[in-house]
Amino acid sequence: MRRDLREDVPALTAPDGAVAAETRHSADLTLRASRRRLVADGLGVIASASGFGLVYGLAARAAGFSPLEASAMSVLVFAGASQFAAVGYVLGGFSWIGVILLTAFINARHFLYAAALAPYLTDRPRPVRAVMAHVLTDEAFALSTAHFRRVGRADLRGYWYAALVTTFIPWNVATLVGVIVGGSIPEPGRLGLDIIFPAAMAGLAIGLITGRRELIAAVVGAVVAVGVSLAWDPAAGIIAGGLLGPVVGLAAPGPRSEHLHPANPVPLGRVVDALVESGLADLDSGGEHAGRGQDRAATGQPPSDQDR
Amino acid sequence: MNADLVLLALFMGAATYPWRAIPLLVPGIERLPERGVAYLRLVGPAVLAALAAVNVMVALDADRTPSFHIGVEWLAVVLCGGLVAARRSLLLGLALAAGVVAILRGLGLAEVP
Repeated sequence: MRRDLREDVPALTAPDGAVAAETRHSADLTLRASRRRLVADGLGVIASASGFGLVYGLAARAAGFSPLEASAMSVLVFAGASQFAAVGYVLGGFSWIGVILLTAFINARHFLYAAALAPYLTDRPRPVRAVMAHVLTDEAFALSTAHFRRVGRADLRGYWYAALVTTFIPWNVATLVGVIVGGSIPEPGRLGLDIIFPAAMAGLAIGLITGRRELIAAVVGAVVAVGVSLAWDPAAGIIAGGLLGPVVGLAAPGPRSEHLHPANPVPLGRVVDALVESGLADLDSGGEHAGRGQDRAATGQPPSDQDR
Repeated sequence: MNADLVLLALFMGAATYPWRAIPLLVPGIERLPERGVAYLRLVGPAVLAALAAVNVMVALDADRTPSFHIGVEWLAVVLCGGLVAARRSLLLGLALAAGVVAILRGLGLAEVP
């Protein structure tokens, strides 16, 4: 009788092997979906890096840099803001020591990027991490951290795409184009190319907002950055915003339950709601997004602080 | 071809690399307490929002003296952010932002930087 029952009633749980295979399959699907999103977002960043690199090439040409010098900066420094500053300072006849110190100051924010990515990369060989470090930029960080969070782990292919294909290559090609044939290119500002970088950063920041804490960190980061920039210097402002935004974000009470998945950023209406109701109501009211948190478990992603 | 500034580029690269490499190469980051990891998760939105805000709200003159800037760039960034939030398409958002700025500047309704 018991044996009959066992045979008639379908198993409530699949054998371990089947569960593992299903989990792997689900993780593969998530990885593929996340890579598709990465590629799509990367197209925007390619446009941004190309436009910004072109403007840098033009500025370097105007300052009297040779193509070799302009390209050396783009390959060896590979950090737009400090390269622009260096062009201005070289043009102004500043000492090299001053330019180098300024470069270190402007690029200090990369420490935050590296620290944020490091927990994902601890099991990667040290030489690989050393190479990854050189191509870590604002754009590479923004794209890869969103991708890693969607899949719940590091994905080296995704990182190389974000760092090399969308940023390093377009930046360097555009630098060369700008410095070599810059004279025949119409004023980039008229084409709106200068807006691409801040717009890309804003868009990528919004893609990372998956809950109230991220939203508060972003808003506070922006406000602090602008305040410190006006009072002192933009480089210091960005670092201050990057450091203090997360502090205030963490101080905010986390939602009881966070069902939003990084692949599904908060819709605009909810961003606005969260801004208006900051601190008064949970971002997630259940219902509409219920069940998305299961995606996290399905991909093997560890529960986030908000999940708890 | 002049190559004097290649050495400067090398020094600038040397001044930048440690910021990028130290957290990735120094052991122990995986032993961060939970609070530290939660903090690092918030760095991305904070620093990217800071970059965007400073780029459109702060202008530097020739002496690098900062001043508050109000302009069409705000509208462009807000439109891009809105489109990303609504449609999840960064490319579309960037095209819209650049298009709006180009049109308004072309019509003489906004300053060309």
